[in-house]
Amino acid sequence: MAAPFDLNDDSVIVVIGTGAGGGVLSNELAQRGVSVVALEAGGRYLPEDYVNDEWESFGQLAWLDARTTSGDWRVAKDFSGLPAWIVKAVGGTTTHWAGASLRFQDHEWKAKTNYGPVQGANLLDWPIDGAEMAPWYDLAEKKLGVTRTNGIPGLPGCNNYKVFEAGAKALGYEEVHTGRMAINSEENDGRSACQQTGFCFQGCKWGAKWSAAYTDIPRGEATGNLEVRAKAHVQRIEHGADGRVNAVIYVDENGVEHKQMARAVCVAGNSFESPRLLLNSATEMYPDGLANSSGQVGRNYMRHLTGSVYGVFDKPVKMWRGTTMAGIMQDEARLDPSRGFVGGYELETLSLGLPFMAAFLDPGGWGREFTTALDSYENMAGMWIVGEDMPQETNRVTLNHDVKDQFGMPVANVHYSDHPNDRAMRDHAYKQGMAIYDAVGATRSFPTPPYPSTHNLGTNRMSENPRDGVVNRNGRTHDIENLFISDGSQFTTGAAENPTLTIVALAIRQAEHIAGELSRGAL
Amino acid sequence: MTDVKTRKGLTRRELLSRAVAAGATFVVGAGYVASTDAAWALETTAIKPETMATLIQMARDIYPHDHVADEYYAIAVKGYDSAEAAPAVEVGIAALNAAAMGKGYADYLSIGWERDRVDILRSIEDSAFFQQVRGGLVTGLYNQKAVWPLFGYEGESFSKGGYIDRGFDDINWL
Repeated sequence: MAAPFDLNDDSVIVVIGTGAGGGVLSNELAQRGVSVVALEAGGRYLPEDYVNDEWESFGQLAWLDARTTSGDWRVAKDFSGLPAWIVKAVGGTTTHWAGASLRFQDHEWKAKTNYGPVQGANLLDWPIDGAEMAPWYDLAEKKLGVTRTNGIPGLPGCNNYKVFEAGAKALGYEEVHTGRMAINSEENDGRSACQQTGFCFQGCKWGAKWSAAYTDIPRGEATGNLEVRAKAHVQRIEHGADGRVNAVIYVDENGVEHKQMARAVCVAGNSFESPRLLLNSATEMYPDGLANSSGQVGRNYMRHLTGSVYGVFDKPVKMWRGTTMAGIMQDEARLDPSRGFVGGYELETLSLGLPFMAAFLDPGGWGREFTTALDSYENMAGMWIVGEDMPQETNRVTLNHDVKDQFGMPVANVHYSDHPNDRAMRDHAYKQGMAIYDAVGATRSFPTPPYPSTHNLGTNRMSENPRDGVVNRNGRTHDIENLFISDGSQFTTGAAENPTLTIVALAIRQAEHIAGELSRGAL
Repeated sequence: MTDVKTRKGLTRRELLSRAVAAGATFVVGAGYVASTDAAWALETTAIKPETMATLIQMARDIYPHDHVADEYYAIAVKGYDSAEAAPAVEVGIAALNAAAMGKGYADYLSIGWERDRVDILRSIEDSAFFQQVRGGLVTGLYNQKAVWPLFGYEGESFSKGGYIDRGFDDINWL
């Protein structure tokens, strides 16, 4: 049958969320002839709708439904109701992401083995490895048109990159370039080349940056096998007496509740909403929530180390001109415990406009120490730290029964405290980042604390043993054979790399698995 | 009319003749606060003009930029002149003045040195009022498009075709 599908059609796969995980999975399933209903909480926005204005765009795209926070991370103090800067829209956070597309390093798939015991960390090896993922990474890089792969040239370096590169090379760093970016350096796949406009975070108005919103989603829909329902806010997943999931309850934009029957359900709502949905779907048969016999649903929340360094110079930089994140230094991504921590980090160029710089440079800061920094905004360069943080069982997403969303459902509370390894790595990265700017004459530099998270990982983690995690090597939940997790929440560990390429590679791989299971009649 | 630069239909001379000094920077009259040179004026309806003058000074002392005129700070806080917001603002500014008097000053606006005013602000910085004003300024001040050029920030560039041909890599001092 072709889309649109009937609510009572129990032959469809229901995918919840349409970002890097759900959007790609939906299209990849549709391309394989599988009928898919994708439920997306947000609306549809395309390049002509995006707004190159930081706060206005934030109001348009960001997920602003209530959440709460706890733990010693500074986000809980500075942005207590906003633990993440992620997107509620068709295409999910692929509208907002900066485009950095890096493969995991081989050793990072086996963190427990390669890092050894780390007190207080709940490290685990992924049940898959770099060799197994290599062909899926190949497909993901082709899909996204990643620069410096498949013969695609790198992006040209903007002012912010040139400062970064000169400083990094002065320090002797060697792996310094304009990144592997899912941003066209030349026309590709029917999309424009980057016009160095800035505002990569606000949705690329040129369509030069890959986003599921205007690639995978319409291509999936064109097959006739995919129906995307926007502004369909999923409340819970239902199951039958046999324990298998069989329907998804959602509320449409008019506030009307619907029940979509399903052959299987794939959850891809990002690492807060995915575990929240499993927990909010608790029943008599599954009193701790769906797929939670391990007790690991919501646990091991990771957000990457993050933090930023801004440097002020005596001459203009104009860092906002050009691609936001096309610059990387990878020498520190290696595993080298002699630095005082396990895991590694990337330094990547980053710029914010004046309005967001005021909000994020030193949240809560005021007075002349703060304002003299902004007075030098034009002379400022910026970089972002992306490092592997340790999974900890106590860093977790739970239901906050005291706070309800607009539908009366308990919201997610996000608890996060730094592990000593995280602090040691961040201090190292701050020091090296400031040294990079000092090397090219910075008169002042700022070790800026982490922003609300964009890399949300690990709350439904993949494990070989069902006791250790929520999903198996295919992203299928250990407990329920027709329930899958398809987003970054299945990450066993976070590695040092921006996660989107890996989420996309896993989604393509999962689509192949599900399509295979269907053709064998096993699902 | 709450727009900065309205002068209640008064001429500059009339405006100044009907006003009294509020600190060194502002004058207040019946229902308005203005700069001492009458370059701008802000009508108030729900809060006292003296309160608005103090609030504008407080805003500048929280986020002092010497190259940003008072007018922009006035725009940033004029939203507090509403029936809903006014009572809390009157209480908050009264507390600020009480703190100033506790240090031997007539009121907050009469304190000549910024560092002495900042000492007063530090003493109330954990209060809900201070945090509300500070938090509101982050967008109220820095998200004014008219303020951006004062910091060199160029805003959107899509309408001009981005910076691909307009200096994305024009740095010349490295």
